[in-house]
Amino acid sequence: MLAEIYHIVRDDWLLLLIGQYPNGPLGGIAATLLLSVLGISLAFPLGVLVALARISPWLILRAPATALVYTMRGVPLLMIIFWGYFLVPLLIGKIVPGFVTMVCALVVYEAAFLSEIVRAGIQALPTGQADAARALGHSHFSAMRYVILPQALYNMMPSLLSQFVSTIKETTLGYVINVPELTFAANQINNRLLTKPFEVFFLLAVIYFVVCWSLTLLANWLERNIAAKRAGKGRTHEAISNGTPLAAEP
Amino acid sequence: MQGFDVTAILLNAQLAGMLVDGFLVTLIIATGSWLLAMSLGILLLVIRLLPSRIASHGVRAYVSYHSNVPTLVQLILWYFGIFSLMPTTLQEWLSEHHAEATFAIIGLGLCQAAYFSEDLRSGLRSIAPGQEEAARALGHGYVGTMRYVMLPQAFRNALPALVNHTVSLFKNSTLAMAIGVAELTHAVKEVENQSFRTFETFLIATLVYLACSLVLMGIGAWLSHRARPVGAR
Repeated sequence: MLAEIYHIVRDDWLLLLIGQYPNGPLGGIAATLLLSVLGISLAFPLGVLVALARISPWLILRAPATALVYTMRGVPLLMIIFWGYFLVPLLIGKIVPGFVTMVCALVVYEAAFLSEIVRAGIQALPTGQADAARALGHSHFSAMRYVILPQALYNMMPSLLSQFVSTIKETTLGYVINVPELTFAANQINNRLLTKPFEVFFLLAVIYFVVCWSLTLLANWLERNIAAKRAGKGRTHEAISNGTPLAAEP
Repeated sequence: MQGFDVTAILLNAQLAGMLVDGFLVTLIIATGSWLLAMSLGILLLVIRLLPSRIASHGVRAYVSYHSNVPTLVQLILWYFGIFSLMPTTLQEWLSEHHAEATFAIIGLGLCQAAYFSEDLRSGLRSIAPGQEEAARALGHGYVGTMRYVMLPQAFRNALPALVNHTVSLFKNSTLAMAIGVAELTHAVKEVENQSFRTFETFLIATLVYLACSLVLMGIGAWLSHRARPVGAR
C-alpha cells in the first residue's frame, strides 16, 4: 500500500502541488492555500468592522451586524456557496469562475466568524483601558483605533491562526462546485486510476493533516508565548491580568 | 424570469415533498452522528483519564487527526476509500442498506467525537482541584466523585462549547451530499433543477437551516441558564 502511495506521489506530485497550471487553472495545494489566504485576508477588515458594529453603542449598527453573524453561524457554508454561485453572476452581470464564487462565499462566512474572535478579543480587555482612553480625551473611534484594537489584535493572533486553519479545511467544499483545488486534484487522480481510491484519498488526508497540523502547532506556540507575555505584564501592572476571559456564546 | 413566488414550491406537493424528505434525512444524519459523537466523545475522555501514557497518546492522535483533516475529506475517505477495502459481502450488504448515509453518520460522528471529548476535557480541567479533594474527603470513591461532583460541573463548564459544536455538526450534515446522501441540500439542488426557482428554493432551505440552528442555540442558552450554579445570577 505504501508503495502505491509512493507511486501516486511520484507520478502526480505536480498535479497535487499546482494543478494543471500553467496549461490550465491553478489548482492543487497552491490553489487551496491561495483560496484560504485570499478568503481570510479579505474577510479580516470586514470582520473588524462587523465586530466594531456589534459592540457599538448605536442600535442601527448593532442590529444588522448581529443579524449577519447569527445568519452565518446558523447556515451551512455549502448553502452560502450555492447562494454565491447564484447571486454573484446576477450582481455583476457576468459568469464568474468557481474560484471567485468560492472566495466570495469564504469572505462573507469568515468575516462573521472573525468578527466574533475580534469581539471576544476586545471584550476580554479590562474595561479600564477604554475608560482611561476616554478620560484622556479620545473619542469612541479614536480609543478603539489607538488603544483597544492594537492590544486586542495582538492577543487574538492564535485564534486568528486557528481560524486560518479552519478556512483551509473549508476550501475543500470548493470540490462540490468543481473549484480546482487540492481535493479536486485528488479526485482527478482517483478518476484516472479508478482502482486505488483508498490510497489516493488517504494521501489527500495526510497532505491536509501535515499542512493544518503544523499551523495548529504554530498557533499553540503563539498562544503560550502571548499568555506568558501577558502574565509577565500582570506582575507589574495588576490591572491587566484582571481581564475576565469571555465565555463563548452558546 | 418568473416573479418571486415561494408558494409555487411550498404548495406543489411533489416539490415540497422532496424538501420534506430531504429535511428528514438531514435530521436522521444529524441525530445519528450526534449520538455517536457524544458517546464516543465520553469514551475518549474516559480513556484519556486512564493512568496509561499510551492510551492518552492514542486519544491525542485521534483528536489531532480528526481536527486537522477537513470533514469532507474524512467523509470521502470513508465512502470511497475504506468502503472499497471492506470484504465484498459486507460491501454488498451495505450497498443495499443505505451505505452512503451509514458512512455519513460514521464519518461525521467520529469527527465530532474528537471535538466533544476536547470540550468535556477542558470542562473537567477548569474545575478547581479542591472540588475533587473535598469529595474524596467526604467519603466518595473515585466513581462517586466523578458521578456526583466532577462530571456535572464538567458538563456545565463545557456546555457553551458543546452547543457550538452541536450546531456545527448540524451544519456539517450538508457535507453528506458530496457522497450522494439525499439530504436537504441535495433535495434543494433537485428542486431547483425541476422548478427553475433558484431564489425561492435557496431561501426556503436557508431559513430552515437557520431556524434549526437558532433553536439549537436557544436550547443551549436555556440549558446553561438552568445549569448555572446556585446563587449565581
